[in-house]
Amino acid sequence: MNLSLTPLTVRANRLMQRWGVHPQDRKAPASGTAITPLPLPEQLILPLSQHIGSPARPVVPSGARVLRSQLLATAQGRVSAPIHAPTSGTIVAINSAPIAHPSGLTGPVMVLEPDGLDQALASEAVDPFTLSPAEIAERVAAAGIVGMGGATFPSAVKLGLGHNQPIQTLVLNGGECEPYLSCDDRLMQERPEQVIDGGRIIRHAIGAERIVIGIEANKPAAIAQMQAAARDFPEISVIKVPNRYPMGSEKHLIAWLTGQEVPSTKLAADIGIVVHNVGTAAAIHRAIRWGEPLTQRIVTVAGGAVRTPLNLEVRLGTPVSALIEFCGGLVSEPARRVMGGPMMGIAITSLHVPIIKGSGGVLMLTEAEIKPAAAATPCVRCSACVSACPMGLLPLEIVARVRSNDLAAAQELGLKDCISCGTCAFVCSSGIPLVQYLNHAKGELAANERDAKKQAELRALAEARSERLQREARAKAEAAAQRKAERERARAAAKAAAAAKKAEKAEQNPA
Amino acid sequence: MTTAVLPSPHTHGARPVSQTMLLVMLALLPATLSSFWHFGWPAVYLWLVTIVACVLAETLAVLLARRPLRPTLADGSAILTGWLLALSLPPWAPWWIAAVGGVFAIIVVKQIFGGLGQNVFNPAMAARVVLLISFPLEMTRWIIPPSLGSGPGPVEALAITFGSPSLADGISGATVLDPAGGGFDVFTYSLGHHAGSMGETSALLLAAGGVFLIVRGVIGLRIPSAFLLGVAVPAALAYTLVPDSQPSPLFHLLSGGVMLGAFFIATDYVTSPSTPLGQWIFGLGCGLLTWIIRTWGAYPEGVAFAILLMNAATPLIDHYTRPRIFGRRRDGHSLASEER
Ligand code: SF4
Ligand code: SF4
Repeated sequence: MNLSLTPLTVRANRLMQRWGVHPQDRKAPASGTAITPLPLPEQLILPLSQHIGSPARPVVPSGARVLRSQLLATAQGRVSAPIHAPTSGTIVAINSAPIAHPSGLTGPVMVLEPDGLDQALASEAVDPFTLSPAEIAERVAAAGIVGMGGATFPSAVKLGLGHNQPIQTLVLNGGECEPYLSCDDRLMQERPEQVIDGGRIIRHAIGAERIVIGIEANKPAAIAQMQAAARDFPEISVIKVPNRYPMGSEKHLIAWLTGQEVPSTKLAADIGIVVHNVGTAAAIHRAIRWGEPLTQRIVTVAGGAVRTPLNLEVRLGTPVSALIEFCGGLVSEPARRVMGGPMMGIAITSLHVPIIKGSGGVLMLTEAEIKPAAAATPCVRCSACVSACPMGLLPLEIVARVRSNDLAAAQELGLKDCISCGTCAFVCSSGIPLVQYLNHAKGELAANERDAKKQAELRALAEARSERLQREARAKAEAAAQRKAERERARAAAKAAAAAKKAEKAEQNPA
Repeated sequence: MTTAVLPSPHTHGARPVSQTMLLVMLALLPATLSSFWHFGWPAVYLWLVTIVACVLAETLAVLLARRPLRPTLADGSAILTGWLLALSLPPWAPWWIAAVGGVFAIIVVKQIFGGLGQNVFNPAMAARVVLLISFPLEMTRWIIPPSLGSGPGPVEALAITFGSPSLADGISGATVLDPAGGGFDVFTYSLGHHAGSMGETSALLLAAGGVFLIVRGVIGLRIPSAFLLGVAVPAALAYTLVPDSQPSPLFHLLSGGVMLGAFFIATDYVTSPSTPLGQWIFGLGCGLLTWIIRTWGAYPEGVAFAILLMNAATPLIDHYTRPRIFGRRRDGHSLASEER
């Protein structure tokens, strides 16, 4: 099994990596509880956009009766994912409702009222290793699987990457470096064979040589279970990585495990590495082996304001309130309600917000847990943010440029390399909401670039149009000239003919 | 329910600025008490006057700028500035030296630049240098610490600090950095029983305070160690080459403001570089300049000048020592364009 010795260069590289922070992990008590299925709620609210890319398009009308696993909305475009019914019941509405969004917006949803029967469509079990890589990618796409670690990038797109370039290494991300969350931990402890099998299927699809699974040291039981489950597969190594935030960042996990650094302008696949979350691997296992689309996930419910923190297996679309209720309700009014982890999650304003594919956690945090700085005070240049930034940026300098509206300078300092991990704001002794500034500036930059692109397109269109007009005008003028010439020729010919006739007449009637 | 957008992260791990300042004061306490012990009541009065002057000046500046008073005063930075300035003054200096220094440090060096975080120079060191240039007499009247118990009592001391200068008789004119003058032995210099600025004499207690700050993560390791190396290495070289005319490296480290400067002044967040490499360069520069000024300069003590010079160079150092961005080369190009 794990006899593959870590090369010295990789070890040396690890010594050089000094980024990150060590937040209190606060994974207990939820991490000590087995995955518990949550009973069906009264309503499931299924946002059409649960992934990065274009929203799905509904294919069943309001009022239709649907079965579990039935396709409700289909993917639109290459980067998108379909949505399936998490249980049997009736679609009662297709409208708009509050969803987990950074600005607390509503979004288009389909509302399913369960009938309690939980009848499923018939599904077929197949042996994944008889399928071609393309077939696997197709089935993963059809199952609506997206990155379950929170990135929610459609997984099939990443499986397709193997077609274009050779992939040596599949990395399975079991880092789970966000505090509080233990859904991946429980998954690896309780269903390691699903993760391992999912990993082997992905490896088959992308043609990778080996699988490296990185798990943070604070999950000893998960490491042991995964090592046991991987025992028979020499191509798999399960590696303990130190507890450090953001170890679960794709680029940083790769650097730690392999010593390779993904160039800033490239994807991991460009250096022969593909990363999938362990939850995604399990979902792929279920989709390929059992034909089950993605309709449920494990969610950690935690935070000081929750009576009994638990790990729940939840149908997608279940409102947050149902999870909280199952966990015994709230013991105090939370100071912040978060979907996801405390470092990168989204603050939600309503408990009606539904669980979606990327929701690994629901946190009800007390004031003491947030430890907010009273109010942002001016930067004292303590450089804590500089030492902590995993990307080697100077957050204080970038934010100073952003505040003075100098986006070009901010970009020159590496604004676009920022992964919004929140480490800098976590350590900022002046309580400056650095990530808010960084995200705002990245938004501006993206908007500017979109504008510039649109401008360029418009200009190209305008140019094409004026060219066309010119061409048409030229053609018209030429045609007119030709017609005129023809008319003149005709007139001349007529004149000549008349003259000839006259002459003829004259000839015929000799005086 | 709230509707305001609450940005991530939703948890924080930082120590607030005010707490940092408290820890620094805690670290200064042993050396300060020791100097009270050695130099007696005048030192206590001088320390109080400097701090009060700084806090009053800060209050005035904030009121004039119509900014909220509480957050500015609550961060404790004015008290700390006063404290550091006091420690760098001759212990029996008259009160008005302290008052002028404190007001200058806060108003001119700190608030005119825009307050905490904006100032280019360390306020305490800038004030010290200005005082030294403006009042060279008062600023170099060092006293040999009176033998214990024979110093002035609380009432007598009032006359020394607040009275006319002639009362401060019995003050020795020995310069601090004349090893021949007082005779150098490691023990006296480590514990502070020798002539010098109020808080700079007890090298050992200052170093202990500095180590405490490093352990608690308040200051980094880079600037202090680079500073000490910057002084010790050239001093050791010079001492080996010309042992007769050059003081030993140990003397350099233990005397004057080196310990105070290396652990408490050069590490000032605001006026030192924020990049790791920059901090090494800054520390080395401080140390080296200190040694150069001490060896060849007109003033006996170089720490304050050295730190101010390096303060001025900080923006430049920061600019040229930016860390390498993950996935990029040092020059900012993507690693992908590395293949030539
Ligand atoms: S949010 Fe951006 S700037 Fe801040 S630590 Fe993370 S990568 Fe660095
Ligand atoms: S952590 Fe905050 S206060 Fe410290 S340098 Fe960075 S932005 Fe400034």
